[in-house]
Amino acid sequence: MIRVEHITKKFRKLLALNDINVQFEKGQVISLIGPNGSGKTTLIKSILGMVKPNSGKIFFNDELINGDPSYRSQIGYMPQIGRYPDNMKVGQLFKMLRNIRNVPEDKIDEELIEKFDLKKIFDKPMRTLSGGTRQKVSAALAFLFDPDVLILDEPTAGLDPLSSEILKEKILKEKSKDKLILITSHILSDLDELTTHIMYMQEGKLEFFKVIEQLREETGELKLGKAIARIMKGEKFNNEWIDRIFDIKDEKNSSFRRE
Amino acid sequence: MLKLSKYVLYDIVRSKVVLAYTAFLFLVSLSLFNMEENSSKAMLSLLNIILIVVPLISMIFTTIHYYNSYEFIELMLSQPMSRRKILLSEYGGVALSLLSSFFIGVGIPVLLYSPDSVGFSLLFTGVCLTLVFTSLAFLTSVKARDKARGIGFALLLWFYFALIYDGLILLILFNFSDYPLEKATLILSALNPIDLGRISIMLKMDVSALMGYTGALYKDFFGSGSGMLFTAGIMLLWIIVPLWWALRVFKKKDL
Repeated sequence: MIRVEHITKKFRKLLALNDINVQFEKGQVISLIGPNGSGKTTLIKSILGMVKPNSGKIFFNDELINGDPSYRSQIGYMPQIGRYPDNMKVGQLFKMLRNIRNVPEDKIDEELIEKFDLKKIFDKPMRTLSGGTRQKVSAALAFLFDPDVLILDEPTAGLDPLSSEILKEKILKEKSKDKLILITSHILSDLDELTTHIMYMQEGKLEFFKVIEQLREETGELKLGKAIARIMKGEKFNNEWIDRIFDIKDEKNSSFRRE
Repeated sequence: MLKLSKYVLYDIVRSKVVLAYTAFLFLVSLSLFNMEENSSKAMLSLLNIILIVVPLISMIFTTIHYYNSYEFIELMLSQPMSRRKILLSEYGGVALSLLSSFFIGVGIPVLLYSPDSVGFSLLFTGVCLTLVFTSLAFLTSVKARDKARGIGFALLLWFYFALIYDGLILLILFNFSDYPLEKATLILSALNPIDLGRISIMLKMDVSALMGYTGALYKDFFGSGSGMLFTAGIMLLWIIVPLWWALRVFKKKDL
């Protein structure tokens, strides 16, 4: 459904994306993971056409993304940091986007608006919202038009546990509708139950793209985090990042045990 | 596109800056017409104010608006909306609000007190200058990464067109006064929309008689039909070229 061919992006001297080749299909839930600054968001923004790559091609449904924005009507995007016009009220924001997209009533999916109870804050200006509430608005907007492709950039960051569960349930529900879902997150345990494919990036390079069962088989680990750690060690990547996560976790566990 | 412009306009009207601008223009025009008994004298003073204030406000307001609506632009980019459409609707919204301010603030008083050819060319110049400097401001704000630089650059451009350029012309005229410079100054004036506007209005007024031989030549040229077309054409170029350039930069920009 989305095909990325030889994408390279430089920000001045920094090589943000280094010859990325990958193909995503319907029904897949892809976890895009990697350390901060590994190019995850840049890749997502390239797919959305917000960042223009220096070279390479991106195809959406076999059509080259090149100026024509109509393909974006099939994508729901939830940004890492949702930034919205300050003066606009929450209700107006939803109304405006519906007005601009002109989607028929039966294609509108307001489930998240209801579950997050956003109607209650419809007359609040966007600038007064807290970070978490903003995330909720972003999520509700991404799912609003029932798109075939969902791109979620750190969806659960900043959400309280309850809302995070609601969002995960919603993602699972959409997964069952045979959609393509692309998630980046640092909270690997969140991804465990959702994901079908793992894409690991580091310093702008795609290190591997694997089906999760294969990853589990190869490593003999059930938990995603541990499986990835195994792979990293086995293939001798720069595994400092993943090591550190487990160091911290182990410390926590042992300190709990001591108590 | 109109839908988007509507939201841009709505946002601008709510910020109330445009309302203050309208009130300012309206008060200045009214008081000038009421203070001066001779309406052509009032027109001359109004002309000088318009040539300074309209470009300044257009540039600063547009630049600030652009940076303030960065979030809006970002949001629209994740929607099925082309960059061209987004920037043009921003331009449409800003230009429309500034133009309506100008029409209410200056247009109504001029039509009430001095509805003659001078008045109309004053309005024409004001409209052109608004559009030209809105275009230029879009270009500078698309090019500059942060707000401070954008506003600084816009101010610099305004200084250049409103003050420095005249100084440069004077310098040239002084140094090359032994040569026939009439044609050259004609071309030089086309390189600055403010000068062009000033000349085209001045020649409609009686004061052009004071400008000597150059004035006569100008009157010959700008007074004729082709001269009017020339003014309008150059103004149009000043509107379109920066906007087109801004569009090109915006299309390649990472957001």
